[in-house]
Amino acid sequence: MTTIDYSQELPVVEGRPTLQEINELIAKPLDTKPDKKYYIALAITLTMLLIGVIGLGLTFYYGVGMWGNNNPVGWGFPIVNFVFWVGIGHAGTLISAILFLFRQKWRNGIARFAEGMTIFAVMTAGLFPLIHVGRPWLAGYLIPYPNQHSLWVDFNSPLVWDVFAVSTYFTVSFIFWYVGLIPDLATLRDRATSKIKKTIYSIFSLGWRHSNRHWQHYEMVYLVLAGFATPLVLSVHTIVSFDFAVSILPGWHSTIFPPYFVAGAVFSGFAMVQNVLIFIRKIFNYEHIITLDTLEKMNKIIILTGSMVGYAYAMEFFTAWYSGVQPEQFTFINRAFGPYAWAYWIMVSCNVLFPQLFWIKKIRRSIPIMFVIAVLVNVGMWFERFVITVTSLSRDFLPSSWAYFKPTLVDGAILLGSFGFFFTWILLFTKSLPVVSIAEIKSVVPGAQPSHEEH
Amino acid sequence: MSEKILYSYTALFDTPNQIIKAAKKVKEEGYTKYDVNTPYPIHGMDAAMELKPSLLPYVALVVGLTAAISMIIFLWWQNTIDYPLNIGGKPFFALPAYIPVTFEVTVLSASIATVVAMLFFVFKFPNNVHPLHDTDYMKRVSVDKYGISIQAEDPLFEAEKVKSLFNSLGASSITPIYYSDELVNFKPKILEPKFISFLIILFIVVSGATYITLNKLLFLPPYSWMMVQDKVIAQKTSDFFGGGSGMLTPVKGTVARGFLPYKFDKKPELAAKELVNPLMPVKKNIELGKTKFNIYCSPCHGYHAEGKSRLRGQFPIPPSLHSDKVRNWSDGRIYHVITEGQNVMPSYAHQLSRQERWAIVLYIRALQRSLNAKESDLQ
Repeated sequence: MTTIDYSQELPVVEGRPTLQEINELIAKPLDTKPDKKYYIALAITLTMLLIGVIGLGLTFYYGVGMWGNNNPVGWGFPIVNFVFWVGIGHAGTLISAILFLFRQKWRNGIARFAEGMTIFAVMTAGLFPLIHVGRPWLAGYLIPYPNQHSLWVDFNSPLVWDVFAVSTYFTVSFIFWYVGLIPDLATLRDRATSKIKKTIYSIFSLGWRHSNRHWQHYEMVYLVLAGFATPLVLSVHTIVSFDFAVSILPGWHSTIFPPYFVAGAVFSGFAMVQNVLIFIRKIFNYEHIITLDTLEKMNKIIILTGSMVGYAYAMEFFTAWYSGVQPEQFTFINRAFGPYAWAYWIMVSCNVLFPQLFWIKKIRRSIPIMFVIAVLVNVGMWFERFVITVTSLSRDFLPSSWAYFKPTLVDGAILLGSFGFFFTWILLFTKSLPVVSIAEIKSVVPGAQPSHEEH
Repeated sequence: MSEKILYSYTALFDTPNQIIKAAKKVKEEGYTKYDVNTPYPIHGMDAAMELKPSLLPYVALVVGLTAAISMIIFLWWQNTIDYPLNIGGKPFFALPAYIPVTFEVTVLSASIATVVAMLFFVFKFPNNVHPLHDTDYMKRVSVDKYGISIQAEDPLFEAEKVKSLFNSLGASSITPIYYSDELVNFKPKILEPKFISFLIILFIVVSGATYITLNKLLFLPPYSWMMVQDKVIAQKTSDFFGGGSGMLTPVKGTVARGFLPYKFDKKPELAAKELVNPLMPVKKNIELGKTKFNIYCSPCHGYHAEGKSRLRGQFPIPPSLHSDKVRNWSDGRIYHVITEGQNVMPSYAHQLSRQERWAIVLYIRALQRSLNAKESDLQ
């Protein structure tokens, strides 16, 4: 039996690569021309995107009647997709900000990519409220500005909070990501050979010269941003959950929603980051930078947040029973055994049961199995939003107005298109910017920091 | 170019321990204008260089607090003064509901301000140029070397002394950095005609595109603004009911409730004889008559029906209603004039309901009585 020495931190980067090697390795995808596989992948995602665009075109031309939404179920796929994608976006800031504040060095290898993913996921999510209103060209009215109608948006409405939360989250995530990129862009500038690349990198690296007088302020700004991003990331899904929790519908009107939504968001976000990183580390040979230990740590977070979500499911039933409110009790029995039981049990098995397999160390460290489990987690999390949104609406207080929601092909096309949109951005990102932070990885290579021998 | 201008002397080191030692030593020697360049931040370097702590967090604090307070004030003003919205009788100033928006605005403003402050005060944005750029020294420190650079501006700077200092610290290479020719001959390009015409073109393109988008493109199909809808509009032609009109026309001879046709068309004498005022001369009716008289009749007839027009001769002045002729008319005769008009006076049948017309008649009677009071009225 082997024993693990817990007094020593595991090395974040394996195999003692030199700084020069790290530079070359991370910059390699930017120097080489994309190969055939890249174009095939891009063709697939663009096709998905095109299908989504056709769905949107039909929607905007003929109206939202193209969807499956019916009279009680006024919130269908667009809201489900919105909450799903905002949730995916939560892992990035959690990794880059919260784990940064906790001094988790293993985050350095995955932070840049996760932040990029956050930005693309929030971009995808941001489309859905606009799609959902059916007339996206009227979206300007969501923004409060002094206007000739003397009208204001209702600042007491969670839907307006959402506008503020999502746009702030996108902006701050983008700034955080860009600030992290500055030293890497400078490194790329100094090794660029073509004039165009050099000019572009020079402009965007903002004159960075790795000076310690800059590093000092830079690290402080990074810390401040991390400090702001941490409560921000928690606030965003809290506010998204208010969209539901502030209404009076049984199954929505619940104080457990904010923590439950945040845990679910981190859960699905980590699953998505883990999924994509498995490809990235393989394709770009980053196995010693994004190590198996890192993936294992992510799986541990998946099991933690998965258990929190499972606890929330159980607690919702308990609250319904304990409250003694009949419609509330009916809603939950209806969820588990009503016409949407299939969706409910997909959700429970994918979110609560399968992630529990990560208690076994072998499964936690086996790449094919963890990949499948993480895919299932995301399927489950999508269904969680579906269950919350649709089951509560389809059977509300008045049995005479009940109706079964059935999505149409256009709904499916838009969902598929959102994946196409997201992965197209991911693919472009991997070929245009360093997906791993060069400076941050260098700082955690063994021997990178002074040993303070004089002490 | 004749003589190159020296910017600094630089030295490269191979290990982080060496650079910490070098920075400490340079600081001890009393140099102030020096800098350390490392591919990533080195722990303990700020202490070695004895740098003062960054002031940027204060920017975040000040801007964040300002944003939070102004947002609360704005929301209070918006919800209680400018646009109060009664939602189920809840208080207009709803602090708990303001927290999300206030929080988001605080985070947004503070984050942007901190980064912008760093760009302008630390990076000296938009200045992107520095003598260290494009040097071999920079190309090494951005990869795997740790460099230190002492500027020629430093009061203690002496090339030989600096070189020997670097040598004693074990530098792997020592190089002088000169200002490049471009930097020396640098002139700001902002006022060049090329740049200005670029700005003008940018302005025209952006504002033109915005104008076309907002005023033209957004009104093309499928952008419907609810002006065009698939429904029958009453006044438009439509074959739906077969009558060629969007609305159904009433059956011939239909009379709307309260709109019985006026029987005494062009028959003033008959009207005078047969019509009887249905209203009693009580205060309520006379008040109604007064209001309507002042609105519809007084502009020409004057407030006291004496024919003193407020129109100052722009319209023919009507005769006084206090004449014997009018005084002796029956109520029905006056009612007929209001209904049908007379000479240049138009019909008021469309502006005044029957009741209002009769009320006006009562008021005219009151006015006439006031100028021709009986003895008994004075008692």
